[in-house]
Amino acid sequence: MDDWREKQELLVMDGRIKVPYRWFAGEVGTRYLESLRDQGVFLGTRCPQCGIVYHIPRRNCPDCFEECSEWVELGREGTLESYTVVRKHHPQLSVLPLPYGYGIIKLDGADTGFLHLIGEFDEEDLAVGARVEAVFSDAREGNILDVKYFRPTGGVE
Amino acid sequence: MDAVAIVGVGMTQIKRERKADGYPDLVYEASRAALDDAGMSIDQVDNVITVSNDFFDGRTISSMAIQDACGSYDKNVSTVEGDGTFGAFYGLMRILSGSYGTTLVCAHHKGSESQMPLITNAMFDPIYARFLGIDAVTSSALQARAYMEKYGVTEEQCAMVSVKNHGNALKNPVAQLPLELTVEEVMSSPYISDPIKLLDCCPISDGASAVILASGDRAEKITEKAVWVKGVAHCSSAYHLGDRNLYCVCALNEAAKKAYSMAGISEPAQDIDLVELYDAFTYMEPLWLEGLGFCERGEGGNLTASGKTATGGELPVNASGGCLSGNPVLVAGLNRIIECALQVRGDAGEHQVPGVKTALAHGINGPCGQAHCVWILGGEK
Repeated sequence: MDDWREKQELLVMDGRIKVPYRWFAGEVGTRYLESLRDQGVFLGTRCPQCGIVYHIPRRNCPDCFEECSEWVELGREGTLESYTVVRKHHPQLSVLPLPYGYGIIKLDGADTGFLHLIGEFDEEDLAVGARVEAVFSDAREGNILDVKYFRPTGGVE
Repeated sequence: MDAVAIVGVGMTQIKRERKADGYPDLVYEASRAALDDAGMSIDQVDNVITVSNDFFDGRTISSMAIQDACGSYDKNVSTVEGDGTFGAFYGLMRILSGSYGTTLVCAHHKGSESQMPLITNAMFDPIYARFLGIDAVTSSALQARAYMEKYGVTEEQCAMVSVKNHGNALKNPVAQLPLELTVEEVMSSPYISDPIKLLDCCPISDGASAVILASGDRAEKITEKAVWVKGVAHCSSAYHLGDRNLYCVCALNEAAKKAYSMAGISEPAQDIDLVELYDAFTYMEPLWLEGLGFCERGEGGNLTASGKTATGGELPVNASGGCLSGNPVLVAGLNRIIECALQVRGDAGEHQVPGVKTALAHGINGPCGQAHCVWILGGEK
């Protein structure tokens, strides 16, 4: 099959798949998100064997494979383990006005990092090891965007 | 492991948009090419593995729509939703089971038909990460930064990977982006999500490819140019980005160690003649080279800068131009295997590296290289 296609305007079917989903946060996720919404408190879970505090909380330790039944209150501040400033992004994915940041943040009291947005920053304040604090949304709905973003406090670890 | 060989390979040309070809057209083109390469008919294919992703294809059970194009009617067919290296791994296992003498593995992808950032955003957890808007580029930027900060790898060293691989693509007729670039041009390309710039990124691509694997005795009957699987392994790590140190490549270390041990390789830098690895972004090449044990941790940038990874160097890496010069997702890993097979056979054409006896192909799956698959291929059974 060739030749004729060169001169032909090829037909394209445009479509859009829009399917509602309901993703259950589960028991662990529900307790975590409720605590963020109602108390503004970050929670982690601790592995009884290796002692690692997971944030975001995990039902079981992926390494020891034991149930992490102990809940731990974490700080609202933490340290940037990595970050990026986004200059160009798909409009449907840009949750803050460009340029904004993403960071891997290790909250005080946690042993693992977690992903969130970075906002309200001067670029020179961003660094691996920079201290950041959570800024909460005014209306909180029980999802991860109840934390609007993290912003640098000016400190460095 | 019992002897298994690659007896036929086929790749379509990789382009930004193959508007004249639907998925089945691409799959047929690649499968037909692999059969012709092996001198086989479709009747001699005992079973089929397809590789596709429903989100990319925009239909559920996407593999079912290409069954006519890969000749799987009345055959046992299964699908891997992941990189082609993992699909080929499954195809290999089916031969090792003793139930099948040959496997056709085909992969297809059309990045042109959907919107890449929206699809790669969907790989992230919907409770904790997806609605933050993270995607493949922005998450990789986090990994790039973590790696560069930890070891002092520079943006210039990453730019050298872009210059080298786009330059290599000038000699590869299937590559999408053969480019003569300078480090300055890469460095002055706009930041997308820093430290990643436009010319640090692989393009969006359309393409398909196919590989035919055969058991030892079948392979020897089919062809005189069989390429043998000397070692292969895959290994996975944490899904949530914050659970791993993003500069750490533990899963790749493990996969490489297992593959080397199977292949009897003790000094990879000496025993391996050529590497084709998954360079979706420039920083990945030095990082994966460290994980594969070709240099010490943190030395990947210096290895690139030394020129050793150039086509004329001691360890040519991505002589084909790599994923930076064409990245049909899922297909791209299978292409790494095919490029290695062609190099071992001496059939790589203008980008042939002289004297390749042992080659390493590498593919990744999941955000920031969550899982790695390593293949060691050689000319001797």
